[in-house]
Amino acid sequence: MSDYVFMDDRRYARSHEWAKVEGDIATVGISDYAQHALSDVVYVELPEVGQEVSKGDAVAVVESVKAAEDVYAPLSGEIVEINEELPDNPEWVNEDPYGKAWFFKIKMSNPAEYDDLLDVEAYKKVVEEEEH
Amino acid sequence: MNKTRLYDKHVALGGRMIEFAGWMLPVQYPAGPIAEHHAVRTAAGLFDIDHMGQFMVHGPDALPFLQRVMTWDVTTLKPDDAHYSLMCYEDGTVVDDVFIYRRDDDYMVVVNAANRKKDLRWMAQQAREFDVQVSDVSDETYMLALQGPKAEAILQRLTDVDLSQMPRFTAKAGRVAGVFTLIGRTGYTGEDGFELFFNADEAERMWDAILEAGKDDGLLPCGLAARDSLRFEACFPLYGHEIHAEIDPISARLGYFVRTEKGPFIGRDALLKIRLEGPKQKLVGLEMLDKGVPRQGYPVLVNGEARGHVTTGMKSPTLNKFLALAYVPTEFSKIGTEVEILIHGKPKKAVVVKTPFYVPVYRR
Repeated sequence: MSDYVFMDDRRYARSHEWAKVEGDIATVGISDYAQHALSDVVYVELPEVGQEVSKGDAVAVVESVKAAEDVYAPLSGEIVEINEELPDNPEWVNEDPYGKAWFFKIKMSNPAEYDDLLDVEAYKKVVEEEEH
Repeated sequence: MNKTRLYDKHVALGGRMIEFAGWMLPVQYPAGPIAEHHAVRTAAGLFDIDHMGQFMVHGPDALPFLQRVMTWDVTTLKPDDAHYSLMCYEDGTVVDDVFIYRRDDDYMVVVNAANRKKDLRWMAQQAREFDVQVSDVSDETYMLALQGPKAEAILQRLTDVDLSQMPRFTAKAGRVAGVFTLIGRTGYTGEDGFELFFNADEAERMWDAILEAGKDDGLLPCGLAARDSLRFEACFPLYGHEIHAEIDPISARLGYFVRTEKGPFIGRDALLKIRLEGPKQKLVGLEMLDKGVPRQGYPVLVNGEARGHVTTGMKSPTLNKFLALAYVPTEFSKIGTEVEILIHGKPKKAVVVKTPFYVPVYRR
């Protein structure tokens, strides 16, 4: 498979979001594969702090030179923090998708949902399938 | 699906191949569309544009025939000149926008890939009344564009033709990298640059020679995304977006290229009428006041009502602003008029601004 970066300290949704959990807070972003597929990101729209979201809701938007894509909540809960700096620095999504370019944090209402997300090996298979 | 002769080269360079007007072409290379865009504004970029069509117009009536089908006054072209023009239907709507290159008493017409068959049919129909042949030479003619402030220096390393003596919108024949080439000082980026026409069998040789000649000058191979963002900033129309078979060139603010004073041509009566009465809608430049990416087809709202639509929109890489070209009713086309664009279901504020967003270097 190509040279995408995968992190084994988090889980993934089929729609290419990652979630990393500390306590009952999950930090969410999009994968290296997703940023690569999007190409140069020019715009990010984030949810509001305090918004209640359900797993699978379209809660953010990421737009590249050519396409607009929804970012889905991989988990249910309340948005407790957003990456305020990201909308002014959309290129971070390309540069550091697993770090600086986190999108939002969810206080999980159903932490069991996390176990339903894909582990890194399962997610690699999803990417492999999409590539072919 | 058509592949250009450079398909394998694009893949080897890491080009991301997509379908465009029936052709598989790179939308970008690994540098990415924004880096490619900046390369053309500051150094140089090389584009495979073999999907474009070329017709030769030959015969004693070549000039009167072109005067009949073109909105531009083709009699103004001297032997080595090249000029932009439109072809219109009788009702003034656009068949295609083209570039005309005069070669002695013959003419080459460069047409959009998506319109190639339609244009050939249209021109052949109109040619019946004239002693003229219109032949499609696209398959045997390759077309590359080398664009940017360093294009002249790079190309000069490969040719004996004195490029410094070639004004904008002229063409000269000569050898480039040993290949017999028609060199046009033309392009679609808003920068100085060249478009090259040569035997399609030499495509790989020419491509490699140019990339090699420019490797120390920041020359990048560029894809369709950069081609689109570059032409957008300079506000050059793209067929299927700003112009099409349901819009006339006056509304598209291309009236300069409609020479109603030159005498009869197809579409003249309709265009004269639109010119005299004033178009009902106009193409304008919009700058977002709220954040958001306007894209083709998004409604433009005036006082909350959909009254127009975006034809092209994006974040401009050079100006770092969210910009759009859009049709709006003429009464709302004045600079400074505030409108809204419906983006993902939300109205976002925008204002009518001056065009072009980026003034082409050779026009300053």
